[in-house]
Amino acid sequence: MTEADLTIAEARDALRSRELSSVELTEACLTAIEAGAKLNAFVEVTAERAIEMARAADARLAEGEAPSLCGIPLGIKDLFAVEDVRTQAASRILESFRPPYESTVTRKLWDSGAVCLGKLNMDEFAMGSSNEHSVYGPAINPWRRQGDDAALTPGGSSGGSAAAVAAGLCPGATGTDTGGSIRQPAAFTGIVGMKPTYGRCSRWGIVAFASSLDQAGPMARTVRDCAIMLGAMAGYDPRDSTSANRPVEDFESGLGADLKGRRIGIPREYRVDGMPAEIEALWSQGAEWLKAAGAEIVEISLPHTKHALPVYYVIAMAEASSNLARYDGVRYGRRARIGANEDITAMYERTRAEGFGPEVKRRVMIGAYVLSAGYYDAYYLRAQKVRALIKRDFDNAFAEGVDAVLTPATPSAAFGLGEIADTDPVRMYLNDVFTVPVNLAGLPGISVPAGRDAAGLPLGLQLIGRPWEEAQLLGAAQVLETAAGFDARPQKWW
Amino acid sequence: MAIDRDTARRVAHLARIEVGENDLDDVARELSTIIDLMDQLATVDVEGVEPMFSVTPMAAHWREDVVNDGGRREDILANAPETVDGFFAVPKVVE
Repeated sequence: MTEADLTIAEARDALRSRELSSVELTEACLTAIEAGAKLNAFVEVTAERAIEMARAADARLAEGEAPSLCGIPLGIKDLFAVEDVRTQAASRILESFRPPYESTVTRKLWDSGAVCLGKLNMDEFAMGSSNEHSVYGPAINPWRRQGDDAALTPGGSSGGSAAAVAAGLCPGATGTDTGGSIRQPAAFTGIVGMKPTYGRCSRWGIVAFASSLDQAGPMARTVRDCAIMLGAMAGYDPRDSTSANRPVEDFESGLGADLKGRRIGIPREYRVDGMPAEIEALWSQGAEWLKAAGAEIVEISLPHTKHALPVYYVIAMAEASSNLARYDGVRYGRRARIGANEDITAMYERTRAEGFGPEVKRRVMIGAYVLSAGYYDAYYLRAQKVRALIKRDFDNAFAEGVDAVLTPATPSAAFGLGEIADTDPVRMYLNDVFTVPVNLAGLPGISVPAGRDAAGLPLGLQLIGRPWEEAQLLGAAQVLETAAGFDARPQKWW
Repeated sequence: MAIDRDTARRVAHLARIEVGENDLDDVARELSTIIDLMDQLATVDVEGVEPMFSVTPMAAHWREDVVNDGGRREDILANAPETVDGFFAVPKVVE
């Protein structure tokens, strides 16, 4: 145990009481990052900048009245533009890109006094569920199956963020979640990850994947830490036209309430074929825990759930093909060499063939297909209609008095790197079965570590809340967290 | 298969991604498995359902119609693969 293993709340208290300085805490994290190089979680370490920021935070703490995150070192997913720091969305096509601007979310974190440790590994352009689609190579899960050395995925796309937080390289990290990219890696690594309501955090300066689904959120070791981080990340931004102009509550102060009079829905459509018995048992156990805290448990129906995956992939790929059209080798990033007799179209096509990995290419091509003349109505427009039905399912449940919905976070524990063949994309997509409906409906969702499987790997439960009710959702998540008492940490092998 | 060799070639060009003739069959097969998943949508009854284009209904934000940013040519060109005299440079487009 070092200072790097403190939770954000613990570190905040130690910083405020001057038992610990931000420089000491930051140095402990930098040491842990160096020792954890095998995890391939950090892909760029901004050590000098971190120490500079920590010194400034210490000065601010000395003056008193510093925000909760003042002096707390954080890791940043490579999808967020950080001024003058390599930001390439784990893609070859953005090789050596250094943005001359700062994303709104990271700007807000630095304004709160947080310290930038560096950039974290991820699936290329946030497209993936295993972190295997990364120009940096995969991040590795700090957890292993008992008695087995096989390298496991930390999940994706925010795999580096999850691995770094779980391994104690940093107390918290930013993630982004388009179809589960915060919640699935959090579940695979035994940490907490939250996707806020769509519009809660500004998307400005975050490399776009699917703009109607993308949302940034916190990843940390406790629910309280996520509440603290979310408070600093959230808020209206005129530079994102989908950012919500509404007040940001003190999410931390909402913690600790019991669940008397709250109604938790258990959707029967989430009992999918082939779900491992231990996940089924954990799910029932989760309902019991919430009931013991005073909640009423009701079975609900979300009848269009089974269509969520195809809807999600049509919409996400269509939006991706449009968003990724900007990578043309002209304004930024890497340009392919062409022959003297080749034209600009050849330059575009080779630049994108060399710059994008196989999964990104597949998604951009499918996106172009479902938007093309003759297919738009059958795929894209139809998907937008079914999306409305999926959202209506949740609206109906909430209208009947359900406050939150409890589901498993993932259909399995972390799987081995290379276990799902790259040529079998659909099998990989099935990982997102419990998380994508939440993005389609724009709702807040949180994954909480709740137990372990027979091999000792972490398993998560997901709570889904009403729009804009992150504070209540965090409160219910903390009840689960306390009841589960999940305090296991991966055994250090790195 | 939903996507044959010719469709794969056409889609690759639409997406401006170079795919060699030798790879077209593999690409067609992989894209087809994804389209097969999506074809499930054909079974859903969407009669009378309005398509969703905004998940959190909100009015567009208004602001004064004034210049509030700009004059950053250096910043904008800083990451370009090739520039000439303060412009982005590309291979010849017009003969």
